[in-house]
Amino acid sequence: MNKILITIDGRQLEAKPGQTILEVAKENGIYIPTLCYYAATRVVGACRVCVVEVENSRTLVASCAMPVSPGMVVKTDTPRVRESQKLVVELLWSAGDHNCLVCESNGQCELQDLIYWLKIEKPRFKIEAPGYPLEKTNTMIQRDLNKCVLCGRCIRACNEIQVNEVLDFFERGSKMKVGPAFDADYIDSNCVFCGACVDACPTGAIVNKQSRFEGRPWDLQKIRTTCGYCGVGCQMDLNVYDGKVVKVTGNKEYGTPNQGSLCVKGRFGMEFIHHPSRLKTPLIKQANGEFKEADWDEAYDFIAGKLKSIKKKHGADSLAGLSSARCTNEENYLFQKFMRTVIGTNNVDHCARL
Amino acid sequence: MTNSIDEIEFADVIFAIGTNTTENHPVIGSKVKRAVRYHGAKLIVVDPRDIALTKYAELWLRPKAGTNVALVNGIMNVIISEDLQAKDYVKERTEGFEAMKAVVAKFTPERVEEITGVPAANIRAAARLYAKAGKASILYCMGVTQHSTGTDSVKNVANLAMLCGMMGIESGGVNPLRGQGNVQGACDMGCLPNVFPAYQNVTVDDNRARFQKAWGVKLPANVGLTIVEIMNAAHKGDIKGLYVMGENLMMSDPDLHHVEEALKNLDLLVVQDIFLTETAKFAHVVLPAASFAEKDGTFSNTERRVQRVRKAVAPPGMAKPDWQILSGLSTKMGYPMAYASPSEIMDEIRKVTPSYAGITYRRIERRGIQWPCPNTDHPGTKYLHRDRFSRGLGLFSAIDYIPSAEQTDKEYPLIMTTGRILYHYHTGTMTRLARGSMERYPESLVEINPRDAERFGIEDEKLVKVTSRRGSVTAKASLTDRSPEGTIFMNFHFREAAVNLLTNSVLDPLAKIPEYKVSAVRIEAAGA
Ligand code: SF4
Ligand code: SF4
Ligand code: SF4
Repeated sequence: MNKILITIDGRQLEAKPGQTILEVAKENGIYIPTLCYYAATRVVGACRVCVVEVENSRTLVASCAMPVSPGMVVKTDTPRVRESQKLVVELLWSAGDHNCLVCESNGQCELQDLIYWLKIEKPRFKIEAPGYPLEKTNTMIQRDLNKCVLCGRCIRACNEIQVNEVLDFFERGSKMKVGPAFDADYIDSNCVFCGACVDACPTGAIVNKQSRFEGRPWDLQKIRTTCGYCGVGCQMDLNVYDGKVVKVTGNKEYGTPNQGSLCVKGRFGMEFIHHPSRLKTPLIKQANGEFKEADWDEAYDFIAGKLKSIKKKHGADSLAGLSSARCTNEENYLFQKFMRTVIGTNNVDHCARL
Repeated sequence: MTNSIDEIEFADVIFAIGTNTTENHPVIGSKVKRAVRYHGAKLIVVDPRDIALTKYAELWLRPKAGTNVALVNGIMNVIISEDLQAKDYVKERTEGFEAMKAVVAKFTPERVEEITGVPAANIRAAARLYAKAGKASILYCMGVTQHSTGTDSVKNVANLAMLCGMMGIESGGVNPLRGQGNVQGACDMGCLPNVFPAYQNVTVDDNRARFQKAWGVKLPANVGLTIVEIMNAAHKGDIKGLYVMGENLMMSDPDLHHVEEALKNLDLLVVQDIFLTETAKFAHVVLPAASFAEKDGTFSNTERRVQRVRKAVAPPGMAKPDWQILSGLSTKMGYPMAYASPSEIMDEIRKVTPSYAGITYRRIERRGIQWPCPNTDHPGTKYLHRDRFSRGLGLFSAIDYIPSAEQTDKEYPLIMTTGRILYHYHTGTMTRLARGSMERYPESLVEINPRDAERFGIEDEKLVKVTSRRGSVTAKASLTDRSPEGTIFMNFHFREAAVNLLTNSVLDPLAKIPEYKVSAVRIEAAGA
């Protein structure tokens, strides 16, 4: 394959034809800030945060959209680049209500990070937030469009990754907004609450409502696991705070099979874990038909005694066991081993047929 | 699945039969839609219901429920009569073609149109589209298997794939989509009455000898009973004791009255679960288990990928992971199981399960591995049957069409099919506790075609009583063209409208899967 030689910040780099400046920089550990760029979706080059200087080009170019060409000389860190980035970021800042004090995304916000990285004390423009009401009509996703930077990432995640085709831009100019058709609330649209837009949003404009006030990003411990609902086996992060799963997030870096996508069950269906009606002790039924709490030894003894006496009286094949798709491989293995060795029967099945 | 989830996106043609994947496996649904929208794939949907995927389909075939076998035979009839089959592939890699051809010859598109209601022209178009594709992937789910002729149907889609040389190629294959988390793993691990782990038959002496050696006890040689057979035996009094781990029979089994009587008949019912389920209420002993977030282990997904489950939080109260409960009980009963961790159990599994031999926790820490994985240097298997089938040559099965066990008549004039909806899972024990799911889908709805509704005097959002030969349930009607005329749809997530009071426990003779997809029913307005 033919290679292209280019220069970024004085370093000679090899690139493949078709790669963008941003991709080559990333591969070589050169940081270019981005905002509207979102992997696995179309490049739109709209926010102008990723601009760089390219020799012989009059204007700054969006590095996410510009393919490399042989001999290209790129500078990512010039006063002109920084000035342009500051202008863009200050405009975004002043066009919204970015009050980090109460924002759920404080500490994991790409706008906040940009402001800090560009060392902006305060925007040069007056802050004029549009004054949209908070969307409170569903229990899963909260939207505060006053924090929207119109990057379009939620739209691309919804349309291009999930192909749910719910979100779009509408209106023009200063009234421009994102959302479902006819400016409907999520709950009144075809939204299927996959939450891809939550993961995609760089700011606090779209957040997981169920974890609101349930733990700061830096306090959350992320534990990678496999979703137990359907057979896709999505890879996901359980976000734990103070011994409690407070939310579920996708992670593109885990790759196959779901590349960071989840569905409503994986993302918002985990409340059962800490539900008060969970079983907490073994229960043994009394003669009057009521359950009585027991400890493990009592329960084991009761079961062991009964199993043994039934086996003795009626034979092993008068006993049967059913296991579950909700249990792990290790547990299913032990279950059939238990039935076949301890009990001595092949009467073991599970719910796959149902 | 013979192939991998990621491959679906790059098929030229996707043939989705009896799978409402955007609701049952939404992440796979997105991949199908991406294939169509962004990679130019052509989608063929076969489903009586107007599921979300039909919007993306090049061709939507809408057969009468229970007629899949005839439809697939019709498609193969066209392929053979137009000489579109993969001749070299059929000659070199398969056997049984002539016998299959002889049966298929009877299924002309015109005759199949009569049986299925699908226009002959569409059958021809689907046949051409599928057969001429470079890479075509078949996806199917319970819409194919949950019939009294389910096994036939599964074999028949395999026939179709072999006929066109679509088995053993990337982005091709025959891909059953598993609806429940670790169904694949439960099967792989031998939670089946006829096989040990890795599908090693219990009746084969060599297999038994190996497991006897590994486990140190004599093992039974007779094939055991399947779930529905177990319930029947319990009903008759032949099964006296039942141990249920994480399964809610009182919602998921067909013909619930029968199940209830069977459970009440037991001398011992042990239920090990995370909630006091409908089934647990009948138990003599209930054991509190840990949820998936409270334990370590592995799940095997629908593409055979073994992935890690990790403990994130502690189980509530005295609850324990199922593996610890089983070890404790087994030890009490004189067969010590002393595993320090699930990874130790996996080390034992690897020794007796050839397809898992190369799978260690260390190797799957970052990315799961797809079995077969015969040793620790093996990368796992992306798709099956690459150079040969497991049995050598691929075997065509000649399959005739047998109508569903239960047919409509004057008294029960409609067909009821069952399935899931996006916001809920199986018997609803978990999703009904999710505020979001309940907000989006708070109660069971009976989907009825507006013309049927008119005929039987049913109003939208009013209660409707659905009656089969086995019982009746009442739920709210939802008038929608998603259901074809003559067929209503219900989900099985809600105990208030337990649809399995209605379903037929007639089993497919081989797979022993109940015929959930076809029951004859009548409907009437239930007032209020
Ligand atoms: S939750 Fe999913 S479907 Fe709903 S708007 Fe966001 S991305 Fe689209
Ligand atoms: S809501 Fe978030 S992701 Fe969507 S356009 Fe606004 S800032 Fe971007
Ligand atoms: S997140 Fe949804 S699609 Fe993914 S495994 Fe869980 S239930 Fe299945």
